Amino acid sequence: MTLTRRDVEGIAHLARLAIADAEMPVYAGSLSRILGFIDQLSAAATDGVEPMAHPLENQLQPLRDDLVTETDQRDRYQRNAPAVEAGLYLVPKVIE
Amino acid sequence: MTAAEIGRGLRAGKFTSVEVTRHFLERIDRAGKALNAFITVTPERAMEAARRADASIARGEGGPLTGVPLAHKDIFCTEGVLTSAGSRMLSNFVAPYDATVVGRLAAAGMVMLGKTNMDEFAMGSSNENSWYGPVRNPWDGTKVPGGSSGGSAAAVAARLAPVATGTDTGGSIRQPAALTGLTGLKPTYGRVSRYGMIAFASSLDQAGVLAQSAEDAALVLAAMAGHDPRDSTSVGVAVPDYAAGLGRTVKGLRIGVIGEFFGAGLEQGTGSAVREALEGFRAMGAAIVELSLPNLPLSVPTYYVVAPAECSSNLSRFDGVRFGHRCADPRDLQDLYKRSRGEGFGAEVKRRIMTGTYVLSAGYYDAYYLKAQKVRSLINADFRRAFSEVDVLMGPTTPTPAFAIGAKVDDPVTMYLNDIYTIGANLAGLPAVSVPCGLVDGLPVGLQIIGPHFAEERLLAAAHAWQRETEWHRKLPPLFA
Repeated sequence: MTLTRRDVEGIAHLARLAIADAEMPVYAGSLSRILGFIDQLSAAATDGVEPMAHPLENQLQPLRDDLVTETDQRDRYQRNAPAVEAGLYLVPKVIE
Repeated sequence: MTAAEIGRGLRAGKFTSVEVTRHFLERIDRAGKALNAFITVTPERAMEAARRADASIARGEGGPLTGVPLAHKDIFCTEGVLTSAGSRMLSNFVAPYDATVVGRLAAAGMVMLGKTNMDEFAMGSSNENSWYGPVRNPWDGTKVPGGSSGGSAAAVAARLAPVATGTDTGGSIRQPAALTGLTGLKPTYGRVSRYGMIAFASSLDQAGVLAQSAEDAALVLAAMAGHDPRDSTSVGVAVPDYAAGLGRTVKGLRIGVIGEFFGAGLEQGTGSAVREALEGFRAMGAAIVELSLPNLPLSVPTYYVVAPAECSSNLSRFDGVRFGHRCADPRDLQDLYKRSRGEGFGAEVKRRIMTGTYVLSAGYYDAYYLKAQKVRSLINADFRRAFSEVDVLMGPTTPTPAFAIGAKVDDPVTMYLNDIYTIGANLAGLPAVSVPCGLVDGLPVGLQIIGPHFAEERLLAAAHAWQRETEWHRKLPPLFA
């Protein structure tokens, strides 16, 4: 499995990651190596095997009463935000 | 002194928590920088907590851990204290609340000394992926301490803290414990709450302990474990008194030895030390059974589909908008996302996000992700079969002792293979512990003990029995003796 520069650009876009031009061949190389390594799974016989999404079986999702338990702490949480105004998160203009 | 011994000394009035805390803060001050074990030290907070602990001990209150210092891996949120996860992305993040693990250990009277260095977002096996720089192994400063809980491991090994928390997604507690001569316990998936523990791969992540002894691990686990309404994946199984169960004999214990763990990649000295330990258990009356888990060799490639897939989803929350790093002068929203993430994440994290994005993308999902989940079922079935025949499984924790800083950074796959013996337990959600069982050229070797779900008591009793017969866990790095 060999990824091209174009492949890496496509993946980086999907992942919303800016990758410098000079780093593109480095990622193409290391990602190709990783995909080559995980490709050995294709040889495993898995016909009729159920996929396993969770390590514990028979676990039920615990439910609680539908009551308000959390209080408003917006201002406290927004202290970590890079830019806020009037309780709103600021981002560059999205509608022209 | 172990955490349990410190606790006993405090209750017997031999010393105060203020004295003990000051002792460890001084050690951190002297040696912490050279090892780079801590990202943040919190002396004022620690002294205040120590004074409170002394007051409650004086009133005859508190438990076995009251007044005992500890260090937290910097992946656990600590209210009002930088919580970086070893990443530039969170290098400005002051947590607005405590993780449940942090809250419970504080409620048990433990005194937080600070936050330990780690591989960025817990992705790594050498602690070389931290934005705050690599951690050095106290046994040899040119070697890695293992990862991702490398700072916690170095801190406890050098006795800068009596005990520390860690997290283990593919070996991140057991592997550094093995490489630094500690007892490292990864509990059953769901045993400990993950509320406030920054997520990497949610079907694998679990919090645990890096300790000097099985007794310490038992005490700290008992204080951490149990259902938490704030984490719906934490399980409502009652928490036993792990310390009370330590005295259980290993006579008659059926130990399965995993043949696949003694293959070509195993360094000779490590293999001999582990074989000798198995003989030790036989001498204590355990039965040794050789077993094969034929699908286990596929655990590393399985993990490197599942874990990156989950990480690519979990780390999508870092968007440069609500918290964390934001790039300067974004042109538009897409530019803000891409550059904030491109600058905020290091190379290995980006590699894993991209691997995960790829294996989940249209056209590849069935070939990679679904396939890996099916192989995960096969590995799980191998363990299930094994535990129908034996009580615990044993083998090496790592294929080699600590390796040189820089030796494996150029090839991700070589680095990934450090976790070849630890990843299986994560995929199957099993508890496992690494205990020291020898030294090779002055570097520690770990014996791994894996048990069925919720068999922590059995693992800790076996580890404790071993530690009553041996002195390996009492050995100190010569520079810190």
